[in-house]
Amino acid sequence: MAEEIQKFKVSIDGIAIEVDPGTTILNAARQIGGDIVPPAMCYYSKLEGSGGKCRTCLVKVSKGSEKDPRPMPKLVASCRTTVMDGMEVQNITSPDVVDARKAVVEMLLINHPLDCPVCDQAGECKLQDLGYEHGAVNTRYEFERRTFDRVDLGDKIQLHMNRCILCYRCVFTANQLTGKREHGILYRGDHAEISTYIENALDHDFIGNVIDVCPVGALTDKTFRFKNRVWFTKPVDAHRDCPTCSGKVTLWYKGTDVIRVTGRKDEYDEVDEFICNTCRFEKKHTDDWVLEHPTNVSDQSVIASNHYHAFNPPAVIQENPQLKEANVEQLARSEKLK
Amino acid sequence: MGRKLLLEHIHVPGINTLAVYREKGGYRAVEKALKTMSPEDVVEEVKKSGLRGRGGAGFPTGMKWSFLAKPEGVPRYLVCNGDESEPGTFKDRYLMNNIPHALIEGMIVSSYALGANTSYIYIRGEMMPQIRIIENAIQEAKAAGWLGKNILGTGYDLEIYVQPGGGAYICGEETALLESLEGKRGNPRIKPPFPAVAGLYGCPTVVNNVESIAATVPIVNDGGEEYAKIGIERSTGTKLISASGNLVKPGVYEIEMGLPVEEFIFSDEYCGGIANGKRLKAVVAGGSSVPILPANLITKTINGNPRLMTYESLADGGFVSGTAMGSGGFIAFDEDQCIVRNTWNYTRFYRHESCGQCSPCREGTGWMEKLLYKIESGNGSLADIDLLWDIQRRIEGNTICPLGDAAAWPVAAAIRHFRDEFEWHILNPGESQQRNYGLAHYADPLEPVTQ
Repeated sequence: MAEEIQKFKVSIDGIAIEVDPGTTILNAARQIGGDIVPPAMCYYSKLEGSGGKCRTCLVKVSKGSEKDPRPMPKLVASCRTTVMDGMEVQNITSPDVVDARKAVVEMLLINHPLDCPVCDQAGECKLQDLGYEHGAVNTRYEFERRTFDRVDLGDKIQLHMNRCILCYRCVFTANQLTGKREHGILYRGDHAEISTYIENALDHDFIGNVIDVCPVGALTDKTFRFKNRVWFTKPVDAHRDCPTCSGKVTLWYKGTDVIRVTGRKDEYDEVDEFICNTCRFEKKHTDDWVLEHPTNVSDQSVIASNHYHAFNPPAVIQENPQLKEANVEQLARSEKLK
Repeated sequence: MGRKLLLEHIHVPGINTLAVYREKGGYRAVEKALKTMSPEDVVEEVKKSGLRGRGGAGFPTGMKWSFLAKPEGVPRYLVCNGDESEPGTFKDRYLMNNIPHALIEGMIVSSYALGANTSYIYIRGEMMPQIRIIENAIQEAKAAGWLGKNILGTGYDLEIYVQPGGGAYICGEETALLESLEGKRGNPRIKPPFPAVAGLYGCPTVVNNVESIAATVPIVNDGGEEYAKIGIERSTGTKLISASGNLVKPGVYEIEMGLPVEEFIFSDEYCGGIANGKRLKAVVAGGSSVPILPANLITKTINGNPRLMTYESLADGGFVSGTAMGSGGFIAFDEDQCIVRNTWNYTRFYRHESCGQCSPCREGTGWMEKLLYKIESGNGSLADIDLLWDIQRRIEGNTICPLGDAAAWPVAAAIRHFRDEFEWHILNPGESQQRNYGLAHYADPLEPVTQ
């Protein structure tokens, strides 16, 4: 008989939960959900070693544990600090945390242009959300921002370093997913930049995932750039029999056209499964896919402005008799899933 | 005359060679430790000595050693931090340059205490002469049987390797040093796990400063209790101080802990007072990262007690009216020096050396530097001082490693103690724009440097 794991009791903003030992404060908060979940710009649960860098997830540990109830002297990165039994954490209930987060947002926005109206990440940008939730109305920064030329990392991905917040997610993705060390950080401090060695192309089968993990608009999909605003699109979960990856994706429709393919993301904007370049960049027709159902989009998201919760075949399919016929079987199957 | 433990034989000709070092009693500590003491005994002596880390943090060395995890079948490492690059601190290179065998002997003793069979000396890449000197000393020691297999027939094996660093200040932070040593970009790791549990190559590791390691030699020779008799309170033993700035006799001094700061600055045995008959304006007592103190607070604490060269006395008053011992980089400023210019200069350094991993340090140091330059060059406004204060406050404590704090503290202390100087720059833009301390070419990188 397997030994039962002793759970740790943790309280976050006064809400108690029991979690497995080794769980980070952030993940414990995610198990509770709601407003007490600290934001995370650099942490990505699928990427080993990520987190701790952006400092947006700082929280206050007001009681270390039952054994050692002393508070921790500084704010800690919740994504990298594991819970102890009896730990008490303050997130939005601590003025220090709110102030620190406001400071971090201000620092992140020093060199991040507010070009949301022309940025392809607008509507999906975690920094945009963070800015609205914690940012100040006016900037106090009066100096020239750092600027870079745009770089094509191959024919499908564009790097726009002006927007980069150096979260390292793409570096971890490239290292851990592709196994080829050809993409990293050059220089130090505020001169640091994401780059390949002498502007190499990134051409691995899974390299397109660097676009999905980027929390801002620094890495963009060249097959989607400037095609549409994300809130005018209709996301639909679909799959295909792919020999390289799981083939489980989200199709982003504009009218009858699939204008973008991404991995399926959870409520914290992390992909469930990384997808291959073929699925992402080359399968842009509905008949490449088996449609499942409209993607579940949070009511809070701007994408939900054009979305519907009751299951219906996507409007684009209803309007297209040929497609509708082709999808009868898939629609029937999806109906069963309701 | 204060006792000297590390620099006692510094002026003996040829002390950098094994033969002369041996004549002066060198390697007695190795013989004593390996032949008559168990590793636990050595750790115990270091604990008794009260030795605190000489790299800056001042954490008790013996306690640090006792935290080292000892899992079966996993190697343990000792790493010597010779990446000395704090502005104003140059004691380690002085020690390595002149008495390299003191470090090698300390490495052997410390490695034995920790059960390490492979140890590394990480030295800043620019310090190539010291790297060669240490490598040469290792070769000498190995040829004489003090290193290698079965040292002195005791069955203990030890290899020491020198690793030149890439030349980044951040590589002096212990986890960044380990990353660099592993051949990676020198970014600090997020703790926990601490190096004592998972350090170099994921194995238990102790990282100690050059001076701390060298100090283990007199501790083993004379016993921890004897060492603890030197100094006062929780600041025991001797400390190397690198004195610079407007002093009559700048240089590296070995002081007994507890020496009054006033005596250190003004006595002929040490710095000999302020150069050119000027008055003392301010002191940075422990390297550029510690808060600067005005003259009235450096010799006496806020309570009127004499300020001593100890961890406790220098820190008396916290960061409001105190400072820190840090790495012992003692910089004196005379009445003509500009604190704003100096603070800008420090901040320029920290901006350049920030690794860029975490947002407050990466962006905040650059912002502070630009604001300080704006004020220094006579283009600032009074609101900029408050903004600067707010930025440093928002960096401190919110970063992965202490570099953010190191960048924030000098700015905070400069504003706290010398706010009137900041205001002078702002209220007298014409005069501040005309001043030139020979650093004008830094102000505008595009301006050609005249020969």
